[in-house]
Amino acid sequence: MPDRALPHPVTTEPPGARALLTLAVLALTLVLLIAPLAVVFAEALREGLGAALAALTERDAWSAIRLTLLVAAVSVPLNAAVGLAAAWAIAKFDFRGKAVLITLIDLPFSVSPVVAGLALVLLYGTHGWLGAWLQAHDLKIVFAFPGLLLATLFITFPFVARELIPVMTEQGRAEEEAALTLGASGWHMFRTVTLPNVRWALLYGVLLCNARAMGEFGAVAVISGKIRGQTTTMPIMIEMLYNEYLSVAAFSMAALLAALALLTLALKSLLEWRHADLLSAMRRH
Amino acid sequence: MLRVASPLPGFGLGMGILLAALTGVVLLPLAALLGQGILMGPAEIAGHLAPARVRAALLLSFRAALVASLFNLVFGLALAWVLTRYRFPGRRLIDAAVDLPFALPTAVAGIALTTLYAPSGVFGQALAPFGISIAYTEAGIWLALVFVGLPFVVRTVQPVIDEIDPEWEEASATLGASRLRTLRRVVLPVLTPSLMTGFALALARSVGEFGSVIFIAGNLPGKTEIAPLLIVIRLEEYDYDAAAAIGLAMLGISFAMLLFINATQVWTRRRIGHA
Repeated sequence: MPDRALPHPVTTEPPGARALLTLAVLALTLVLLIAPLAVVFAEALREGLGAALAALTERDAWSAIRLTLLVAAVSVPLNAAVGLAAAWAIAKFDFRGKAVLITLIDLPFSVSPVVAGLALVLLYGTHGWLGAWLQAHDLKIVFAFPGLLLATLFITFPFVARELIPVMTEQGRAEEEAALTLGASGWHMFRTVTLPNVRWALLYGVLLCNARAMGEFGAVAVISGKIRGQTTTMPIMIEMLYNEYLSVAAFSMAALLAALALLTLALKSLLEWRHADLLSAMRRH
Repeated sequence: MLRVASPLPGFGLGMGILLAALTGVVLLPLAALLGQGILMGPAEIAGHLAPARVRAALLLSFRAALVASLFNLVFGLALAWVLTRYRFPGRRLIDAAVDLPFALPTAVAGIALTTLYAPSGVFGQALAPFGISIAYTEAGIWLALVFVGLPFVVRTVQPVIDEIDPEWEEASATLGASRLRTLRRVVLPVLTPSLMTGFALALARSVGEFGSVIFIAGNLPGKTEIAPLLIVIRLEEYDYDAAAAIGLAMLGISFAMLLFINATQVWTRRRIGHA
């Protein structure tokens, strides 16, 4: 068998075509992916590191950072718990309507974030279906923290379940059944057998979920009301600063989110190299 | 739901949590949107969709998503092929960078692309002598949607390329096929279903995209104003019916497109014999 690292001449393109294709792809990647990332940091640091840091420690900026962290801190664990429950029921049991259920879990992927925000406003807004009832009970969802949370939960709903279902399906239920036969309780089995088996896939899902939760813009923009210092998350704050021509401030906050994105990518790549075999099950589905 | 008996516990608990969360978080709000549509009735919805500005926005959203996803189909395939089949320095870095649009918040991508391609930006200045302007035109919307949709095509095609057995290509070459013919008749048919899936995912994402587009689009009503932005504008005017009508139209057209793509996918699979 020929060495795969040195492709046999008939199973690859002529050298000239290879070089040309590689260069074209590299050039497009640089222009499309790398340049936008670079310009974020360049613009943030245009007036020096001091100016960038000063913009981030400004009172409204600081409250936007805290709000974004809070939204992620509540929505990501909730989504992880629901994703685990969903994957357990779907991957370890056979029942009718499974395909429909998986389609419904994936539904937020094909709904525009703005439409998701609109749907929440139509349900919980002052003129919405539950608006009168909420007002009578003095509950505020739209233009308040619960609305931001619900919008984020909607958008990130499939992230964890989607990574876990294929991995759990591939692992089957033999190990869990063995644990039960040996006298483990249901929780004990889940904690010591199921959870360790899926921990890398879970971490992967949580990483992607967190990146989206902190960066979500469309759905949150509709429902936040953009009250400065109260309902402005970091992406909303970026929009406001940018529209006020406060370029350094806008890009400083953008750089903070871009750094988070880079960290997410680094951890994700690390997971993929270290646990390629485990994670390959996810890619196949 | 009918289920096969299993000795494992926790089906009721897991399913209960899933159904409660799914209903509360996803289905209930969407039902509110559908309910608004039922209250209005088809005639009133059609009335809200009739103005030229609304039709232009809907058409623009779908046209730009189609253009960008078609570009991504070609570029994504080339990128996936080069990343899987060729070895060159920096390959792993490029491979990791493909996921950047997944991780980078859309608003950040939006202001970054605008800064690059605005008339005063690095790329904007370079293109100006050729009479090409990207920011604040429809081309800017294409660019943002290419950025957003690229990883979907690459990531669905990559694992399939990886699984192609080189012996198929050797067999084809032995039988006298040129490299181009082998690629067209042996490799491409194997990749077609995953290409369609990637295209559908990129399309679904870019039709509704908002954050990365609104900064670079210029947002001129009737020209560069996308449908999601028009929804936001109507909501700010407290015109909930008009906003709901546009939202329903977007949902309906996306749904029809995905159905069509699924149908063609079933058809190609049957034709090529990948049951």
